[in-house]
Amino acid sequence: MNLDKTEPTAVPAAIELIGVSKSFGPVKANSDIHLRVAKGAIHGIVGENGAGKSTLMSILYGFYQADSGEIRVNGQPVRIRDSQEAIRLGIGMVHQHFMLVENFTVLENVLLGAEGGALLGKGKAEARAKLAELAREHGLEVDPDALISDLPVGAQQRVEILKALTRGAEILILDEPTGVLTPDEADQLFEVLRQLRAEGKTVLIITHKLREIMAITDAVSVMRQGRMVGTVRTAETSPEQLAEMMVGRRVLLKVEKGPANPGPAALTVENLTLRDGAGVERLKNVSLTVRRGEIVGIAGVAGNGQSELLEAIAGLRRPTSGRILLDGTPIPHDPRALREMRLAHIPEDRHKMGLVLKFETRENSILGYHLDHRYGGALFDRAAIEAECQSQMEAYDVRPPNSRLKTANFSGGNQQKIVLAREFERGPHALLIGQPTRGVDIGAIEFIHRRIIEMRDAGKAILLVSVELDEIRSLSDRVLVMFDGRIVGERSPEADERELGLLMAGVTGAGERGAA
Amino acid sequence: MDWLTFLNVLDSAVRLSTPLLLACLAGLFTERAGVVDIGLEGKMIAGAFAAGAVAVFTGSAWIALLAAIGASVFFGLVHAFACVTQRGNQIVSGVAINFIALGLAAVLGHSWFEQGGKTPAPPVSGRFTSIDLPYAAEAAQMGPVGRFYADVVSGHNILVYFAFLAPFLAWWLLSRTRFGLRLRAVGENPAAVDTAGVSVARLRYSGQIICGALCGVAGAYLAIGLNAGYLNNMTAGRGYIALAALIFAKWRPVPALFVCLLFGFLDASANRLQGVSLPSVGVVPVQFIQALPYILTVILLAGFIGKAVPPKAGGVPYVKER
Repeated sequence: MNLDKTEPTAVPAAIELIGVSKSFGPVKANSDIHLRVAKGAIHGIVGENGAGKSTLMSILYGFYQADSGEIRVNGQPVRIRDSQEAIRLGIGMVHQHFMLVENFTVLENVLLGAEGGALLGKGKAEARAKLAELAREHGLEVDPDALISDLPVGAQQRVEILKALTRGAEILILDEPTGVLTPDEADQLFEVLRQLRAEGKTVLIITHKLREIMAITDAVSVMRQGRMVGTVRTAETSPEQLAEMMVGRRVLLKVEKGPANPGPAALTVENLTLRDGAGVERLKNVSLTVRRGEIVGIAGVAGNGQSELLEAIAGLRRPTSGRILLDGTPIPHDPRALREMRLAHIPEDRHKMGLVLKFETRENSILGYHLDHRYGGALFDRAAIEAECQSQMEAYDVRPPNSRLKTANFSGGNQQKIVLAREFERGPHALLIGQPTRGVDIGAIEFIHRRIIEMRDAGKAILLVSVELDEIRSLSDRVLVMFDGRIVGERSPEADERELGLLMAGVTGAGERGAA
Repeated sequence: MDWLTFLNVLDSAVRLSTPLLLACLAGLFTERAGVVDIGLEGKMIAGAFAAGAVAVFTGSAWIALLAAIGASVFFGLVHAFACVTQRGNQIVSGVAINFIALGLAAVLGHSWFEQGGKTPAPPVSGRFTSIDLPYAAEAAQMGPVGRFYADVVSGHNILVYFAFLAPFLAWWLLSRTRFGLRLRAVGENPAAVDTAGVSVARLRYSGQIICGALCGVAGAYLAIGLNAGYLNNMTAGRGYIALAALIFAKWRPVPALFVCLLFGFLDASANRLQGVSLPSVGVVPVQFIQALPYILTVILLAGFIGKAVPPKAGGVPYVKER
């Protein structure tokens, strides 16, 4: 039975971890973790990237075996050897990257692994009935015959939750569940979670978004560098305190910046329209201006044309019509020429565009500028490249400062710093910045935000795209909202979050009259 | 071309498409499970040689068939071990199997039978002989349709009938059973299968075992069905054409049947058209018709005939992510 003396309740904890450790080779991913999750509670786990949250959850879900320590579920010591075992114990997991087969229907995905017999017929009928029942009880509506690839992300996540519930999950683990959701979808998710809690189910939610932790959880556990720093009651803590526990030092959550001092227009986009390879209009008559010394933020749910806008300006996509001017000159459709015109681009996806992960850092530190005569031309001047890389790594506090290390071996935050250093250090006049802090830990976010503000104060024109509304609001001097390839409104960054959220969802109405 | 000649070509099209169809379905089972298999050719050779040799030794077609399946499944397990357990490169492993099987058949054949690598003709009991379907002889007298029944439908050996039944069985297995659902899932998103608590490795091994068994039947058909005895390199690239057919059929079993029939028909016409001068075209080079399956596949891949989307996880070893 429950031997834990700190909380002498009759009800055993839904999950209890006692001294759990896990190493991958020399890396200690989890060391001596103690955790108690009360039944019928929503329990948050926060920590920076690499703090060991995901490893811990994978141990709970039977993906990995702990090297040592004990796991108890409802007071009973258990060994979770594989996911099937976890499912039997009533543990369900919603992964950050959904574990769905995209060209299967919802029903087939729900069925997979729980088919109820060698033939599918009977299991299908049962699963269909079960889905209808869950839809009625929890408002988890989703068409069982729809293909996953046709569903929006929010609905795909619902399928993941349904998968867990149809398997009888009493304990639901969600790994970064809101990363891909709109604010509205996130609210809907929270509503579902609260309802599950009301039915006595236990929810364990992993996230790095402190605001969500504050909004939804009953208790929070904080992890840092593979250790459990502590558990606090949500009602008795604050985002500042949590951030400090996560990072181990005081962190400025609010970006400090003075008022902008905008100069003349640097980047002008006029009536830009862009049709993609499939003939779909991705940008519809987009016009905007970015002046020197200001940050213009583009808010919007992912996939509403922001990426295409950035790529069109960066010379990676050819617009169907319209003009893009840099300091009054129409820009060429050539990224290299643009770089020479001092337009720098921080791509949204550093893995696909910003870096070659298999390259050493010093190679990445000159990528795109490698033809510059400073680096020796056809035969590289290794000493010059080395010096360049060292100075970049120093200026941007890239850790470890090893120019020979493959870029893939750096953390997300440090990889992003490598990209920023390369682009910022060459004195650009205008900057295109996409998702500057995606997959970046809190400490590095603070650093990157400060650098962006510094660039603004140095008189650069900055166009910022981010799906993190908080980031847009705290960095931008003006906010443009994109929906379905159009700019549907301009707001001040101090505008009401609900209003921005509605604009992002394409609801233009009452608010639009107030737009500039 | 008159009706009789046409039926003749159709008849040989059926015979020629049988090994293609079996190999194509073999590829389908492994590729739908996410393991690319360029070693169909080698597995067929292993099966053909084993069938030829065992038929000579035992004089039993059925034991020879079992031997063919055994040899081919063995290579399937080697491929699975290399690609699934050891997470090796699937193309490299497949190519290696092709070389090993071809070389091994030649070496063993030479040392056992001393006939330059081929096996002697097995006795009649060691071969699969044609079966006349009921009323074939009577139907032959009853006009063109009866003739079709007698010449094209009837008069094949049991392996041909199995091959033409197999796509429907495969369709049923893939779409109606738990095994099929899991097999399809593991070729698209193995992580989804893993998190559902189902073994990815076991499914991929199963795919390779089915693939091996079907290639074995294809090989046995070549050695002791279509021909009498194993000849050096008798598969003649059918393993590769089967892969082309698989793409053409978009990895679906019933379309595979029609694609293989089409390819078999092209093959049969090429034989028939050898040296024949067509009006206003002149003599069509046989090589052109032999190349048609590949040309058609390239046109398909270029996007002119729909879109062929391979299983998403194909060719990628599954590694649990940290």
